[in-house]
Amino acid sequence: MTLPSYSELIKNLKKDNPAYKKIRIAILGDSATQFLVKAIHGYGIEKEISYDIYEADYNQVEMQVFDTSSDLYKYDPDFVILFYSSIKLLKKFYAQDNNRKAAFAEDFLNKCSSITSTLASSLRARIIFFNVHELNDSIFGNYANKTNLSFLFQARKINLGLMTMAQRVSDLFILDLNVLQSRYGYSFSFDPKIYINTDAVFSLDFLPVIAKNITDIIRSVTGIFKKCVILDLDNTTWGGIIGDDGMEGIQIGELGIGKAFTEFQLWIKELTKRGIILAICSKNDETIAKEPFLEHNEMVLRLDDISVFVANWENKADNITYIQTVLNINFDSMVFLDDNPFERNQLKKAIPEITVPDLPEDPADYIAFLSELNLFETASLNEEDEKRTRQYQEESRRVEFKKTFANEDEYLETLNMTADVRSFDKFTIPRVAQLTQRSNQFNLRTKRYTEEDVARISDSDEYVTFSFTLQDTFGDHGLVSMIVLKKEKQHLFIDTWIMSCRVLKRGLEQFAMNSIIDHAKKTGFTLIKGEYIPTKKNGLVKDHYLNLGFQYKDDYWYYSIGHTSFFKTHIKENK
Amino acid sequence: MTAPEILNEVNKIFIDQLENENIILNSASTADDIEEWDSLTHIQLVVAIEKHFKVRFTSTEIQNFRNVGEMCEALVKKIKAQ
Repeated sequence: MTLPSYSELIKNLKKDNPAYKKIRIAILGDSATQFLVKAIHGYGIEKEISYDIYEADYNQVEMQVFDTSSDLYKYDPDFVILFYSSIKLLKKFYAQDNNRKAAFAEDFLNKCSSITSTLASSLRARIIFFNVHELNDSIFGNYANKTNLSFLFQARKINLGLMTMAQRVSDLFILDLNVLQSRYGYSFSFDPKIYINTDAVFSLDFLPVIAKNITDIIRSVTGIFKKCVILDLDNTTWGGIIGDDGMEGIQIGELGIGKAFTEFQLWIKELTKRGIILAICSKNDETIAKEPFLEHNEMVLRLDDISVFVANWENKADNITYIQTVLNINFDSMVFLDDNPFERNQLKKAIPEITVPDLPEDPADYIAFLSELNLFETASLNEEDEKRTRQYQEESRRVEFKKTFANEDEYLETLNMTADVRSFDKFTIPRVAQLTQRSNQFNLRTKRYTEEDVARISDSDEYVTFSFTLQDTFGDHGLVSMIVLKKEKQHLFIDTWIMSCRVLKRGLEQFAMNSIIDHAKKTGFTLIKGEYIPTKKNGLVKDHYLNLGFQYKDDYWYYSIGHTSFFKTHIKENK
Repeated sequence: MTAPEILNEVNKIFIDQLENENIILNSASTADDIEEWDSLTHIQLVVAIEKHFKVRFTSTEIQNFRNVGEMCEALVKKIKAQ
């Protein structure tokens, strides 16, 4: 993988652009962090992020965190990055007696836990903790694994403890320094000379790696991440050319270099299990291309795993545009994997937003290469993710079914749509939070909420909340829309209105509006106030309020309840 | 490689790393003469010079260079020793 070098990142600093997304981060470390700060700043510019960075004074982590009147709290960052380095922890470890050495991880984790809770109680920021490098100082040799008095044992315990903590605290994320240092090698990542001269613990060459991974986490938390992977077939998914070599000739499983492709397929399959959508785009005859998925014993991927299958002789940019239309997701959330440099370059030119990695020539290198790119960073997971493939397959069938109707109303009526309407509760909060983080298109104000935020809103008397599920003849879409209303003096203010683009053009907007009107009538509100905050991605709902009959005045949209009747809908509420 | 040749190469590295076309080094140049040359960029320069000439400086050398001349002298020795 080619990341920009440290000096290239420094040169980026001059290219900062006021149009880039602004993100405020605070960095607190127990070692010199100046190089790290510059690298993160420079890397952000690569990704059109303009970081504003608060760098705490040298080794001031606890001073800043536990004094809630400190500059850290005045700065009010979006992210707090905390970095305790092994090399510094090691010195503290050496200073302990054996009793404290045995409890070193526990003591450290307790400190991390109070840091996290102190920050969370006074800041709205997300927290990113570096885990620690699992350093063997060779005091015990390999025996370090057999004693709890070794730093290695304590470092591993710390890392496991941080993971457990991060599972409990949804606003806490871990930057896996240990994995990165193992991947790149300790001698690459650490430059003793720089450490001795400046007290910074990373080599200049390693800084871009850290900057990238921090930015990966930050981007995923702010809603930028991959949702779909599109695979080419011949020499990408299997070895050889199905049209020429036939079912018996393609390399998969035990045949030739088939093992490399089998392992690649296993990896892709695992991605689909956690909710990444898989699509196929291949220059092939469709029947021939599908045959291995149906008939070949050693294929790991099956037609069931694939949401959209496109095999024809058209150009790939058109086919991928078709896939994008069916899935209704942005190009920048798609990854295209193809062994052919010509196809890749053509696609990069045609659709620059798509991520098109330059796969290594040897398929044996695919997984290591793709792992290093860290394309599939995510900020949350939930049960809905696992159902996604099935939902998109159902959508493909709906698209086919719809073609048989001339009239939209008639089509919608035959779908037999039903919906659950509920306030947020403990079962729906994770999905609701995820919708606020993921939805970019049908999102009127693009306010991102964590699970804690959603829980707070749901408990508060100031807010009214609605979540909507949608089912039809073809299947269950799950929870696809949500609304947060804030009770203000004269009116109900629509703080958030989000809908998944999977259910566009079903009349769910009108159905949801009926819920708002119904609630307003029952509670005596006569006015609904809405706001549209434009972003690069939500042009879809520019006229949302206009279409529903709201009146525009001074940047806001108003809807008077009065004697208005309900909107016509084809959706029935499940009672 | 002669000392003037080395100085010339080092000069190019300074221009590139510090993004200042106008830097002209001589043996007596110090951090005081060049605005962008501070303790952070010093490390950046050292790492870039090490990579360019495929040599390694010791920690002591890095701390003790008093001017560009001393750095180039160290380089001449290291390159000869290769």
